[in-house]
Amino acid sequence: MVKTPIYMDYQATTPLDPRVLEAMLPYFTAHFGNAASRSHVFGWQAEEASEKAREQVASLIGGSGREIIWTSGATESINLAIKGIANFYADRGKHIVTCKTEHPATLDTCKRLERSGWEVTYLDVDRTGRLDPEAVREAITDKTVLVSIMAANNEIGTIHPINEIGEIVKEKGAFFHVDAVQAAGKIPFDVNACKADLVSLSAHKMYGPKGVGALWIRRRPRVRLTPIIDGGGHERGMRSGTINVPGVVGFGAAAEIAQKELPEEAERILRLRKRLHEKIVSRLEDVYLNGHPEHRIPGNLNLSFAYVEGEGLMMALKEVALSSGSACTSASLEPSHVLRACGVSEDLAHSSIRFGLGRFTTEEEVDYVADRVVEAVTRLREMSPLYEMVKEGIDLKSIAWTAH
Amino acid sequence: MAYSDKVIDHYENPRNVGTLDKDDPSVGTGLVGAPACGDVMRLQLKINAEGIIEDAKFKTFGCGSAIASSSLVTEWVKGKTVEEALKISNQAIAEELALPPVKIHCSVLAEDAIKAAIADYRRKQEQLQQKQQGK
Repeated sequence: MVKTPIYMDYQATTPLDPRVLEAMLPYFTAHFGNAASRSHVFGWQAEEASEKAREQVASLIGGSGREIIWTSGATESINLAIKGIANFYADRGKHIVTCKTEHPATLDTCKRLERSGWEVTYLDVDRTGRLDPEAVREAITDKTVLVSIMAANNEIGTIHPINEIGEIVKEKGAFFHVDAVQAAGKIPFDVNACKADLVSLSAHKMYGPKGVGALWIRRRPRVRLTPIIDGGGHERGMRSGTINVPGVVGFGAAAEIAQKELPEEAERILRLRKRLHEKIVSRLEDVYLNGHPEHRIPGNLNLSFAYVEGEGLMMALKEVALSSGSACTSASLEPSHVLRACGVSEDLAHSSIRFGLGRFTTEEEVDYVADRVVEAVTRLREMSPLYEMVKEGIDLKSIAWTAH
Repeated sequence: MAYSDKVIDHYENPRNVGTLDKDDPSVGTGLVGAPACGDVMRLQLKINAEGIIEDAKFKTFGCGSAIASSSLVTEWVKGKTVEEALKISNQAIAEELALPPVKIHCSVLAEDAIKAAIADYRRKQEQLQQKQQGK
């Protein structure tokens, strides 16, 4: 019998790998020093641990440890990258290019800059959520300071052609920030292959601790930014505040494990995802894949179950931790901005479920979830007026619905 | 968000799921909401010559609170007169199910469904009378 609850929401967060916890523990107790303390061994030990972690995190993305700035998480990294570049290089122009399917950390940061006189272009994606590199080329003007694009999407898992985009951005002379939160440690990602200037990372998406992030900032050619947080001048003055030593040690350990195990792990998770997908679509009709069938991170499966509402479906699957693009799961009452940008109709956006698979997902869990999904969708369709109408041959688009 | 026990009970054991003959003149059908908004409720009421609701069936596309609201309403209206059923308010539904503010629209939809079903029934009855008078 499979143990419940089953965690299948790995794009939201991941559990700490026990090996990571083990690496962190001494830095809570014996090695508690402040990495900024230069006058004694406690400080030296902490600093040494932090420097090692920088190398581990940088190595995962093909960079150097000296290019890593520690932050409180990817939201802070993204804010620092975008606002930091905008404030430092504002005299070059006041234009940013980004994409409609970005994480709110990017979109809301850009919206705030718009209120202080910046112009932002939000690029469209195709039906699979992919950005056309040529659209980036067309959007960049002589006023463009920064292009900010995610490597892989958190909701639908779509991987952007980030290397081609980077090529174009550099050709045009703008800075390139990549939100690699969902990509790093999951698929091969290299700062030089994509010609990034800045890369945002999060520890807790790769089996590290929450509350820890990093911003990789290229040294050659040098990228400068205006800090958001002032204080003791830590992190080369770019991010003041005492380093969370146990946290960054955990991030380093997590990155090292991810780098070592990536090829094997990606293959195993991809196999599980395909199994889950197959076991669902072979037994249910009118199930639609959101995102790209191939250009997709291994651990993401996003499906719309027509005629069934996402939150209602998750309630039936209460022993499985999932998420939905349905409006009903958020306070906003608006369905997912990512699915809408892909042109998914609003009713199918309300019917979407994200299955997030990861390091500790088992085949047994996948089989159990597939069975439960098939059962629940079948039951809810029997209760769905839409399903009955479609079965009777009524075109749902012909009904004059009363929007509320 | 945690659901109240009553929402869970109605969601897991929905009362009166099903379909009545929509062409029967004693059956009123109310279809409210929109797929694009994430909720559609269909409530059907079978009303006898004395104006008493003899049977009620629903089908709902929506979240757990929407399903629970419609299930609850089918229980409440059975045995009531049309006039009594029209007095069921969304506040009463929301209160009974302890719906949080973000789910109040589910109870509003359930109230609308009762009104729509009764309006459909009345329309059918009028047509029937006109037909009979015409003969």
